[in-house]
Amino acid sequence: MKEFAALFSAIDQSTKTTVKVDALVRYFEQAPKDDRLWTIALFSGRRPKRAVTTTRLREWGAEMAGIPLWLFEECYPIVGDLAETIALVLPPVTTTDDRSLSTWITDLRGLSEADETARREFVLNAWSTLGGTERFVFNKLITGGFRMGVSQKLMTRALARATGRSEAELAHRLMGGWQPDTTSWETLIEIDDPGADASRPYPFYLAYALEGTPEDLGETSDWRAEWKWDGIRGQLIVRDGQHFVWSRGEELMTDRFPELARARDFLPDGTVMDGELLVWKPASDSPASFNALQKRIGRKTVPKKLLTEAPVVLHAYDLLEWQGEDLRDTPFAERRRLLETACAGLPPEAPVRLSPQLSFDTWEELADLRAEARAEQAEGVMLKRGDSAYLVGRKKGDWWKWKLDPLTIDAVMIYAQSGHGRRANLFTDFTFAVWNGNDLVPFTKAYSGLTDAEFREITAWVRKNTLQRFGPVRQVTPHHVFEIAFEGIQESPRHKSGVALRFPRMSRWRQDKPLQEANTLDDLKDMLRIYG
Amino acid sequence: MAHTPILTFTEKGIYCAAGDFYIDPWRPVQRALITHGHADHARPGHASYLATHTALPVMRHRLGDISAEGIGFGETRMIGDAKVSFHPAGHVPGSAQIRIEVDGEIWVASGDYKTEGDGLSETFEPLRCHHFITESTFGLPVFRWQPQATVASEINAWWARCAANGKTAFLGAYALGKAQRLLSMLDPETGPILTHGAVEATNRILREQGLNLPQTVQATADVKPKDYPGAIVLAPPSALGSAWARKFGAQESAFASGWMQLRGVRRRRAGDRGFVISDHADWAGLIDTITQTGAENIYVTHGYTDIFTRYMNENGWNAQVVPTEFEGETLDQEPGA
Repeated sequence: MKEFAALFSAIDQSTKTTVKVDALVRYFEQAPKDDRLWTIALFSGRRPKRAVTTTRLREWGAEMAGIPLWLFEECYPIVGDLAETIALVLPPVTTTDDRSLSTWITDLRGLSEADETARREFVLNAWSTLGGTERFVFNKLITGGFRMGVSQKLMTRALARATGRSEAELAHRLMGGWQPDTTSWETLIEIDDPGADASRPYPFYLAYALEGTPEDLGETSDWRAEWKWDGIRGQLIVRDGQHFVWSRGEELMTDRFPELARARDFLPDGTVMDGELLVWKPASDSPASFNALQKRIGRKTVPKKLLTEAPVVLHAYDLLEWQGEDLRDTPFAERRRLLETACAGLPPEAPVRLSPQLSFDTWEELADLRAEARAEQAEGVMLKRGDSAYLVGRKKGDWWKWKLDPLTIDAVMIYAQSGHGRRANLFTDFTFAVWNGNDLVPFTKAYSGLTDAEFREITAWVRKNTLQRFGPVRQVTPHHVFEIAFEGIQESPRHKSGVALRFPRMSRWRQDKPLQEANTLDDLKDMLRIYG
Repeated sequence: MAHTPILTFTEKGIYCAAGDFYIDPWRPVQRALITHGHADHARPGHASYLATHTALPVMRHRLGDISAEGIGFGETRMIGDAKVSFHPAGHVPGSAQIRIEVDGEIWVASGDYKTEGDGLSETFEPLRCHHFITESTFGLPVFRWQPQATVASEINAWWARCAANGKTAFLGAYALGKAQRLLSMLDPETGPILTHGAVEATNRILREQGLNLPQTVQATADVKPKDYPGAIVLAPPSALGSAWARKFGAQESAFASGWMQLRGVRRRRAGDRGFVISDHADWAGLIDTITQTGAENIYVTHGYTDIFTRYMNENGWNAQVVPTEFEGETLDQEPGA
């Protein structure tokens, strides 16, 4: 674990990408293979199953530190991280331990079979042996979530340098449902296996947001446009008589959308499509709002009734594999032609629809189409260069998303709560209200959109203007007005205001605006009528 | 016997009726006794000031033309019916705890304090008393300081590595106290030590008082960074990443403060390194000090007052929170922490 703790420190102690990548490269060259594999797993969000509950960890931590549990609980939100809080309150030790990262993980996993006495003994023993960063890393292994400033992209770059393989190949190898227990460094990284896992998806290509207007992109004839759907980006794989559905976050969603199983009846083996999962309204042959899809998100099993009420189809907009051939280097226009072939003649019961292309000759025409996007249940348009390959990750230049300007409303901050981790000790989570007569009715929460400096300023203000505390939440004097931007508005019987916003965030701190001039509940209801 | 307490907590600050004076008041008063020169303790506008001889020069520098008198550590003075003396608080050079005795009852207002000797400030001295006013800036068990020598070797190793990589090391610290303490911890063999003007102004004053600080060069506009390869630059945190700092080219930045104990704060600072070193007592330092005073009545100000007070009360003390105009050295301001 020493090497891994040293890697962690090296990464944590720098804000420079080059320093982080160098540290990773050295680690991937030198660490034992099992440790490398686990490191990749941890940095890509795969973690050992939690063997000890956080409740027990808090109790044991407080006990070993010789402090009352309430005092530990007071420290936790100030530190902002449970693993770190425990590491800090425990008595310091100077000893270390030679067990490797993978050995520690194996031992930790063995704990799930052990009884509580044995678990406690194991954890307390580790705490009294491991000092400094090793202790913190150990706690992180138990509590999970290695968010440490290394994206999958940086890790892939470091792996490429350490192994001499290309980043694109490694990105593809790291996709999918592999787990460190069922694979090895060799299988994951080194062995050339064309018949690799049939479920393995391709890394998604992501578009940048277009700032301003598209005139600077050049001739319209070089570009293809389509709706930017407001659904779940997904990749549908049909191989070996099986099908798989992956989310952009590399989550396997096959079981969540059972209606896509029928794709096997209509698409040949060796087909991979990129598209948007949307709830379909069979009656009108059009997509439903995101609200309808929301009922399906997070559901691991779907009741029959919901399948009928909110059936999901894939709106296909790209073809990545056809007849078993990887098409990602083929120009988009050609991939599109093949996609149209693949979708031609699909009957209505097929769970796949071809996402239409928008026809336009001038940028003005496209701008007019974009203005109609909300009526189509879209959030803007996508622009794709006709000759573009399907790249890995977010790359500038060939793909752009040109979203509609968000809806906005001016609202009053009435509650504040502090954040976690990097944002611990700052008030960052706020509840906003609009006027209803002389009352302020809460209607949304938001916690992003301000700069660190603004968060510091509002934090100092919240401390001095707290009216009442409800646990971690502070009710503050109604005073500050913020412009809240959001992507959509829906009726919601669960909220006091009767509405729910989609992706609300603070777009501006309206220090210029007096409290009385914030918007009203009637304004919100008008928006609901127009855009809901 | 019920009587008016010797010190009371008023909206102008801590007041002693027996001597008709205030301690570290935040509103203008006739007579102010000042524990040390940091801005949240030594405010402008009082008719007269009393502080230790070593604290006065910096106060005069910061507050301008003030009517002030000096007092030696341990020297006893009667002010009205109050017997007053100043004793080392170990926070920064010249910083004092103020001891007040009236009719045999002893109160101590400790200001800001740290218990570990730093080689520059007069070393902290626990005082026996009945009533003790304590800060609680780092009054949580997550704050635990390493010995100064350990932090010194971390900083020197970092500086040496920066120098070896052809980078200038920028170390952010507050101009009064922390900067000089860091200076005294640096190994001058590693390279030249440059300072920001705000730091150098305080250096000059403290050197004139006889404090032994290593040689420094003020990084004025005409100082050419290339003439000082392998240098470390001591600057106030606000100067890190500024246009002034950028002219030094390739650089790494670090920040030295007790708050660097928390990874979230360290990351938010967006510097490369954080060194955990504070001029305040850590959790154990606070508890040990309070135990040594023998005081039963504890008044908690500046910091995690609610939490610290609850802990003291659960452990047999009679503690209460003292409100202050300044929320003290919180994460938002962090002066001198």
